[in-house]
Amino acid sequence: MSLVTAKNVSKTYRTGNIKIEALKGLSFEIEPASFVSFVGPSGSGKTTILNLIGCLDKPTHGTLTIGDTDISHLNRRMAASFRGENIGFIFQDFNLLPVLTVFENVEYPLLMVQNVPSDERKKRVMDLLDAVGMIEQKDKYPDQLSGGQKQRVAVARALVTEPKLILADEPTANLDHKTAYRVIDIMKKMKDEFGTTFIFSTHDQKIVGEVEVIYILEDGELADRQVKGG
Amino acid sequence: MLNIFKIALRNLTRYKRRTFLTASLITVGVVFVLVFIAVTGSFKHMMVGQITDSFVGHIQIHKKGYLASIDNLPLTMNLTPGALKKVEKAIHETAGIEAYSKRIKFGGMFSNFVETTNIRLNGVNPEDEAKTVPLLFSRIKEGDKTIRKGEILVPELIAKGMKVKVGDMVVVIATNKDGSVNGKQFKIGGIIESATGPGGRDGYMHIKDAMEVLRMEKMDVSEIALRLSDFSTLHDVHGKIKGNLSTTLNKAGKPAFEVHTWEKLSPFFNIARMIDVMTFFIKIMLIAIVLVSIMNVMIMAVYERIREIGTIAAIGTMPEKILSMFLLEGFCLGVFGVLTGVILNSGVLYILNRVGLTFDFGRQKGLILSPTIDLSDIWVISAIVIVVSVVASLQPAYKASKMEPIDALRHV
Ligand SMILES: Nc1ncnc2c1ncn2[C@@H]1O[C@H](COP(=O)(O)OP(=O)(O)OP(=O)(O)O)[C@@H](O)[C@H]1O
Ligand SMILES: [Mg+2]
Repeated sequence: MSLVTAKNVSKTYRTGNIKIEALKGLSFEIEPASFVSFVGPSGSGKTTILNLIGCLDKPTHGTLTIGDTDISHLNRRMAASFRGENIGFIFQDFNLLPVLTVFENVEYPLLMVQNVPSDERKKRVMDLLDAVGMIEQKDKYPDQLSGGQKQRVAVARALVTEPKLILADEPTANLDHKTAYRVIDIMKKMKDEFGTTFIFSTHDQKIVGEVEVIYILEDGELADRQVKGG
Repeated sequence: MLNIFKIALRNLTRYKRRTFLTASLITVGVVFVLVFIAVTGSFKHMMVGQITDSFVGHIQIHKKGYLASIDNLPLTMNLTPGALKKVEKAIHETAGIEAYSKRIKFGGMFSNFVETTNIRLNGVNPEDEAKTVPLLFSRIKEGDKTIRKGEILVPELIAKGMKVKVGDMVVVIATNKDGSVNGKQFKIGGIIESATGPGGRDGYMHIKDAMEVLRMEKMDVSEIALRLSDFSTLHDVHGKIKGNLSTTLNKAGKPAFEVHTWEKLSPFFNIARMIDVMTFFIKIMLIAIVLVSIMNVMIMAVYERIREIGTIAAIGTMPEKILSMFLLEGFCLGVFGVLTGVILNSGVLYILNRVGLTFDFGRQKGLILSPTIDLSDIWVISAIVIVVSVVASLQPAYKASKMEPIDALRHV
C-alpha cells in the first residue's frame, strides 16, 4: 500500500478577485521508505504540494491520504496532532529554536508534542545526534553552528519522533556544495535505517541526482514522473 | 509545564535589555506603591493613635442628640444618674472594653484676676481618664502628670495668652444647668500641650471640682469615652454596645443614647479616607503601567517570533501550549518585577526608618513616622501585578496560538 495517495488534487489561491491555480488536478502515489522529490521551475507549485501533504494547508479539490487517514478535511487541531505524530519537517532556513541548545532542539518534539518519558527521550535524542554527527555540539546554541550543522540538527529533529514521512522544502538551498552533499547523505542513511519516506522539493541537481523518484511539476501540473535505478 | 517555563525564561533572557527595562518599570511602580502605602499607612496609624489616645478615646457614648450640639457643650444634654447606670451596665456586659472614663464637659470663663477668656473644660476622674486616653498625661508640659482636686490643667494656648504659669491661682466661672452662675478658685496644676483636632484645646479638672463649679448634687456626665483592648475590634464592639444600649428608649420612642466611634468624632477620619482614595488611584496607575508595558513587550515578542511560532506549530505543538508559552513569559516578567520591587521596597523602608521620617501636624512638631508594610499589602500588590501581567499577555499569546503555521512560516 502506498504511503501518500493524491487523487485529482487542486489548489486555488484567492487574493481579492484574483484566482491563482497553483495545482491543477494532481494524482500520484508515493511508496513507503522512498526518497522522492518534486522538481520544477519557480512558481510551479512545489511548496504548495508539500504544504498539502504536510497538513499545513487543505486542497481546494480532490483527496489526499496519508496511510489510511484522509487529510483533506482535518480541522486545525486534528491537523496539528496528525503532524506531530506522523510528519517531520525540514526547512530551507533550518528554523531551529534559537533559545534551545542542539540537544533541546532535537528533544523538543518528544517533549512538547509527544510526551515521551525522559529516559527514552534522552536515548533517542543522543542516538540521532550520534547518527547525524552532532553529538559533540549538543550543548551549543544554534547561533554557534554553521549552516550545515544546523541542517543536520534539523534532520535529527525531524527524525526523532520516528515519523512515517519527512517533508523537506528546498533543504539544501542555503548550503554550500559540500555541506549539501553531506546533509543529503545523512538523510539517505536515515531513510535506510528508519525506513522513513523523504519528500523534497528542489531545483538542486544534487538532490535530483540522489532521489529515487522525481515528479516534475510545470505550471501546477504533473509533467513527468521519473524513476531512477528501478 | 516545566519545559514551557524553561522556554519562557530563555526567551526573556534573550532580549536582556528589553526584559530588564520592562521589569524595572514594574519594579519602580511596585516600590512606589508599596512605599506610598507604608508611609501613608504609618501616618494614618500614628494620627489615629494620637487622636484616640490623647483625648477622643475609641468610642464615645452620649445622650441622644449631644453630638449635634457639641459646640455649645449643653449641660441639659447630660446623662442623668439613672441613664448613666444603664450605660455602665451595658459597658460591663460588653466584651473587649479595656477602660472607660466619665466626663463632664462644660464651657466657662477663665480669669487670672486681670483678664478673662473663654475656656472649654472637662471634669474627669484622673485614673479612669489616664486608662482611657493614655497619652493625656504625656501632653502635660509643665507640672505634675496628674489632676489633683483644686487644680486645673490649662491648655498651652490659654496659658500663653493669659500669661499664667504652674502654681498661679485663677478663677473659673460657669453657668450651671439652671442658669445661675458660680465661680471657683483653682491652682494651675499643669500646662497641657495641644493635640491634633478638636478637643486639643480643652482644659481638665477633677470631676468632683466640675460638679462643684456646676453645683451638681448628683453626677450628670456629658460623655463616656471607651478604650478597647484591641483597636481592630472597633466596629465589632461598637455594634455590640450599640445593640446593648438600643433597648433603652427615650420619650419619643427612639434609642436614648448615641454611640460613636472615633471616626465620627474626628475630622481626621476624612483625611484618612482621602489617603485611601489616593492609594486606590495609585494602584490603578500601577495596573496601567504593568498592563501597557507588558502588553507592549509581548506584542513585540510575538511579532518577532512569528517564524518560530510557525515552526513549532508545524511540528505539531498544540495551540494551548503556544498560548501558555507566551502567558508564562508575561507571568515571569511580572514576577521578576514584583520580586525586585518587594526587595527594593524593604530596602527603602529600612532606610526611611533609619533616617527617621519626621513631620509636623498642626501644632505638633517632629512626629516620627515608622513606615512598615503589612504582609497582606505585599501579597495584594504582588497578586495584582502578576494577574495584570498575565492578562496583558493574553491578547498577544492568543494571537500567537491562532497563527496558521503556513502563514507564519512564510513571514519574513
Ligand atoms: N498564499 C498564497 N497566496 C496566493 N498565491 C500563492 C500563495 N502561495 C503560492 N501562491 C502562488 O501559487 C503558485 C505556486 O507557488 P509555490 O510556492 O508552490 O511555487 P514553488 O514551486 O514552490 O516556487 P519556488 O521554487 O519559487 O519556491 C505561484 O504562482 C504562487 O505565486
Ligand atoms: Mg517553494
